[in-house]
Amino acid sequence: MGKDKILNDTIAAISTAQGNGGIGIVRISGSDSLKIAEKMFKPFDKITKISSLKGYTAKYGKIIDKGNFIDEAVILVFKAPNSYTGENVAEISCHGGLFLTRRVLRVALELGARLAKPGEFTKRAFLNGKMGLVQAESVMDLIYAKSEKANKIAFENKEGNINRKISILKDKLIDVASKLAVWSDYPDEEVFEFKISDLSGEIENTLKSVTNMIKTYDFGQIIKEGIKTVIVGKPNVGKSTLMNLLSGSQKAIVTDVPGTTRDAIEETIMLGGISLRLIDTAGIRDTQDIIEKIGVDKSKNLINSAELIFAVLDGSKVLEEEDKKILNLTQYKNRIIIINKIDLPQVLNTNSFLKKEEKILCLSAKNESSLDNLKEIVYKSINKFVSDENDVIISNERHLDCLKRIRNILKEATDELKNGITLDAITVLIEESINILNEFTGESASKEIVDRIFSKFCVGK
Amino acid sequence: MNYDIIVIGAGHAGIEACLAAARLGCRVAVFTMNLDYIGNCPCNPSIGGTAKGHLVRELDALGGEMGKTADECFLQSRMLNLGKGPAVHSLRVQIDRNKYKEIMKHKLELQENLEIKQAEIIDLKSDGNLWRVKTLTNMEYTSKCVIIATGTYLGGTIYIGETSFKSGPDYGLPALRLGEALKRLGLSMRKFKTGTPARALKSSINFSALEVQNGDKNIVPFSYRTKDKGENKICCHIGWTNEKTKEIILKNINKSPIYSGKIEGIGPRYCPSIEDKIVRFSDKERHQLFIEPCGLNTEEMYLQGLSSSLPEDVQLEFYRTIKGFENVVIMRPAYAIEYDCADPTQMNSTLEFKEYSGLYGAGQFNGSSGYEEAAVQGFIAGVNAALKTKNKKPLVLDRASSYIGTLIDDLITKGVSDPYRMMTSRSEYRLILRQDNADQRLMPIGRKLGLIPGSIWEEFNLKEKQKQEEIKRVKKVNIYPTSAVNELIKSKESFPIVQSVKLFDLLKRPNISYKDLKIFDSESPNLSDEILKQIEIEIKYEGYINRQLRQVEEMRRLEKKQIPENFNYGEIKGLRLEAVEKLKKIKPESLGQASRISGVSPSDVSVLMVWLSRK
Repeated sequence: MGKDKILNDTIAAISTAQGNGGIGIVRISGSDSLKIAEKMFKPFDKITKISSLKGYTAKYGKIIDKGNFIDEAVILVFKAPNSYTGENVAEISCHGGLFLTRRVLRVALELGARLAKPGEFTKRAFLNGKMGLVQAESVMDLIYAKSEKANKIAFENKEGNINRKISILKDKLIDVASKLAVWSDYPDEEVFEFKISDLSGEIENTLKSVTNMIKTYDFGQIIKEGIKTVIVGKPNVGKSTLMNLLSGSQKAIVTDVPGTTRDAIEETIMLGGISLRLIDTAGIRDTQDIIEKIGVDKSKNLINSAELIFAVLDGSKVLEEEDKKILNLTQYKNRIIIINKIDLPQVLNTNSFLKKEEKILCLSAKNESSLDNLKEIVYKSINKFVSDENDVIISNERHLDCLKRIRNILKEATDELKNGITLDAITVLIEESINILNEFTGESASKEIVDRIFSKFCVGK
Repeated sequence: MNYDIIVIGAGHAGIEACLAAARLGCRVAVFTMNLDYIGNCPCNPSIGGTAKGHLVRELDALGGEMGKTADECFLQSRMLNLGKGPAVHSLRVQIDRNKYKEIMKHKLELQENLEIKQAEIIDLKSDGNLWRVKTLTNMEYTSKCVIIATGTYLGGTIYIGETSFKSGPDYGLPALRLGEALKRLGLSMRKFKTGTPARALKSSINFSALEVQNGDKNIVPFSYRTKDKGENKICCHIGWTNEKTKEIILKNINKSPIYSGKIEGIGPRYCPSIEDKIVRFSDKERHQLFIEPCGLNTEEMYLQGLSSSLPEDVQLEFYRTIKGFENVVIMRPAYAIEYDCADPTQMNSTLEFKEYSGLYGAGQFNGSSGYEEAAVQGFIAGVNAALKTKNKKPLVLDRASSYIGTLIDDLITKGVSDPYRMMTSRSEYRLILRQDNADQRLMPIGRKLGLIPGSIWEEFNLKEKQKQEEIKRVKKVNIYPTSAVNELIKSKESFPIVQSVKLFDLLKRPNISYKDLKIFDSESPNLSDEILKQIEIEIKYEGYINRQLRQVEEMRRLEKKQIPENFNYGEIKGLRLEAVEKLKKIKPESLGQASRISGVSPSDVSVLMVWLSRK
C-alpha cells in the first residue's frame, strides 16, 4: 500500500514560510522533478547534470528563466525513496523575498510542474510510506485546514472582486457550453440561431478577459505583499508616533530623546482596503554613534526601494539641513509630505521646497482624528496602483495557475475553430476549462450545463 | 414454483432484463399485468435520438435486443447531427409501435429458459435466501433474485384537467398494491410525473400546411446483427403553435392539475408540457411540434411537442389553432401520469439495492425516463442478477466505457430530482464514447458474457484488424505536391503542400476526407464506408482522443481505490459534516465515485484517500 503511487505527476511549491526570510526554498517533487530542475538550474561548474546527481548532493549555480538570469542559488537533490515525499525531489534555495521565490516557482510551473495543493507534499510522504501512523490524523487536519482556508479565501468571500470576476468568467463559459449542448442535444428544435462566428466571438471575449486577469498578477503581488511605505524624517520629528497612529499600537519606542529608534521597524497595516508595509526608519542624520549609523545607512537604502514615502517635517521648527537632505533624497519618489506637530506654534515655511501638485498634509500625529485625513491622502497617492475600482487583481498563485491553464485551453479552442474542427471537440475544451474552475469547489460541469440548458432554453417534446 | 430470477414488468427494461438473464442460462419468469402491453411504447413512436441512440448502439454491442427490433420495424431513419462532429452523431428511427410490440413479445415467447406470465404482483418478501412474490390471484413464486421494472404502472394516476383516475400508461391496469409492499420492505420511494401528447386522426390534418421532414438516403442500422438496411416508408411533418395557441393555454392555465397543485410529482425538465413551455418561456412566440405516424396499419398520428394535462375541451381548442390542424380530430387526449419510483442512490453500480441482496431495480422505477434509458438498465440488472446466481464477478461499466456506465453512475451517485434523460452533455468523455465505436468499446464484454454470436464476433475482429492495418498504412503513404493535389486541397479551403506529406497528416486537416484523396492513393484497399469513417475520425481527432484518454486514466486511478462496504465515515477526523452525511447515504464503492458526489469537496477526497492508505 505504501508504495502505491496514486498521484505520480510532479508538483512544486514554495516550502519556506511566506514572508521575508533570508532564504526561500522552492521544492519540486515527482517523477519529472529532476528533469525540470535541470532545465531551470545551471550549476557554475558547467559539467554537472542535475538529473545524474546522487541523492543528498548540493550544487551552487544560477536559476535561468528562458535564458534570463534570475538569481544565484543552491540546489539540493534527493533521490527516491530517500526524500521527504519518497519521490525524486529537488529543493532550490534562492535569495528569499516573496517576489523572487515566486518567480522561481513560476519557472518550475512553466516547465511542467503542477502547483502543489495544500498539504500535498505531506500527503505524498504519507502515501509513500514515509510517515508513521501517528501522524496520519495531523496530516489530514493539515490538508483540511489549509484547503478550507484556501477555499474560503478563493470562493467563499462573496465580497471580493476576484470571486465575482471568477464567477462571471465561469458563468460565461457555462453559457457557451450550454449553447453548444442545446445545439447538439436538440438538433430538430428551433431554439436559437446558432452562428459559429458568434460562438468564436464569445470564446475570444472570454479569452481576452482571462488574459487581462493574468496580466494583473505582478501588480497584484505588490498589492498583496503590501505597498512598501517608508516613513522618513529627522530624529524626533514624530515618525514613530505617526506609525503608532497608523497601526494603532505602541510597537515603536517613542521617547523625546532624538535617535531612540535604532532599527527599521516594519508593520503591515490595512488602509482603505489596501495593505501598507509600513517601515519606520532611524532618523537620517550624520552621526558618530556606530549603531545608529548602521540604521541611517539602512534608511537610505529603504528610501530607494520604497513604493510610497511619508516624509515627515516638524511644523514647529524651521527647515534644517537634515530636512533638506530628506526632501532631496525623496524628491523623485512617490511621497507625501507630512507636516507634524501642528498643535504647536507653526514656523515652517513650505513655499521654499513645495513642488506643484505635491501632496502635503498637516497634522498632529498624537491626535487620532488626524487618521481620516491621512487615509484620504494615502488613498489618493496609491490610487495609480488601483486604476479602476472594478478591476480585479490576481494575487493568488493558485488563481494564476488556473487562469493560465484556462487561457491555454481557450486559445486552443479559438485556433481550432479557425481551423474548422467540429464543435463537439470545442465543447470538450470548454468543459475542461469549467472543470478547472470547479477544482476549487468540487461542483460538476456537466450538471451545471444541464441545469443551464433547462433554465434558459425551451426544449423538449 | 421456484426460479433463478423473477422480473416484474415487461416494458423496455423488463424485456432486456429477462432476455439477458435467460440467455445467460438462468431460469427466468417475467410478470406483466397484460401480455398485450409487452414492449409497449406509450409515448413517442421512435427509438434513439441524441445520446439515446448511443445507448441503443451500446446495448446492441453488449448483446441486447432493442436495436435489432427497432431495425426490424423502423419506418424512417435519420442520423442526427451530421456535420456537427462525430461525438454527437446520433441515430433516431420512427418505428411501427404495434409491430415493435409484436416482435418483442414473440422474441420473449421463443426464448429458452424464459416463462412469460400475466399477473399482478402484490407482495414481495425475502426470507434471507429466497425472494418470495405473491400475485393478486394468490399464486406464490420464489427466486434468488428479483428485478423490479414497473415503469409508470406503479401507483399510476392519469390526470386530464380536473379529472384523474388510477391507471397505467395507455390506460393499462395500474399496479396499485406493490408500492405498499415495497414501502413495507423499507425502500425509499417517491413520486414522479411525466406526460404524453394527444394522438390525432391522420385524415383530419392538412399536411400541405406543414413542413416535411424526410429520412436519410443512406440508412445506418442500430444493430451490428442487421444485414438488410431496409428503407424509409414514411415521412414526418413539422408544425408551429402561434399567439392564439398561447392565449388559449394561458386563459385556461388554472385548469391544469399541475398549476392548480393537484399533481405533486416532479415532472421531467427535458420534456415539458406545452403549458410549461408557454408559462416558463413567455417571450417565445411559437413552439415547434412534430407529427409522427404511429405505424403503417393505423391512422393515429403522434403530436410530439404538445404534451399537456389541460382538460380535453381546452386541448381540442388549442390544437385547432395550429395551422393545418383547423379541423383536427383527437383520438386519444394528452395526459399527465404520476407514478411511484425508488431513489436510485439506494442502489449500487450493478443496480442491486445495497441493503437488499438479490433485489434489483431498472428503468423508470429507478427515476430515469425514456425507452432507451430503461432498456440499458434492464440489461445491466438482468446480467448482474444472472452473474450473482452463478457466483460470478459482477458487470460494472464505468463512465469512460459508455453512456450506459455514465447513466448508471449519475443515477446512483448524484441521485435524481426529476426523471433522468440521457444527453450527450452528461458525458465528459464524449469524443471517446461515440456511436460509431460502440462495438470497439463494448463488444468484447458482450462476447465474454456469451451474448454475442460467433459470426458477429468474427466480423468485428476483421473490421478492427482492417482498421489498424489501414491506419498503419496511411502513416507511410506519401502524397506529393502535384498541381492536382494542391488544386484539391485549395478547393477544400486548406493551404497547399510544398513537399511530400504523409497521407495520415493530410487527413488530420478538418476539411479533407479520405475519399477526396483516394485518387492520389493508388494502393488504397477497398474498405467499407463505416471503416473509412472511423479511420478518419481516429486520425482527425487524435489529439482530443488522447487528451480524453489521459483524463480517463486519471479517473480510473481513483476508481480503483475501493472503499470497504461498511466504512465508518463518522470516525474520520477532518471530513466535513456535510460530506460525512452524503457519504453515509450514497456509500460509494470507490474513491472515484465519492469524488463525484455533490457536497463532497476535493479536500474531503484527499482526507479519505489518506485515511484509506492507513494500514
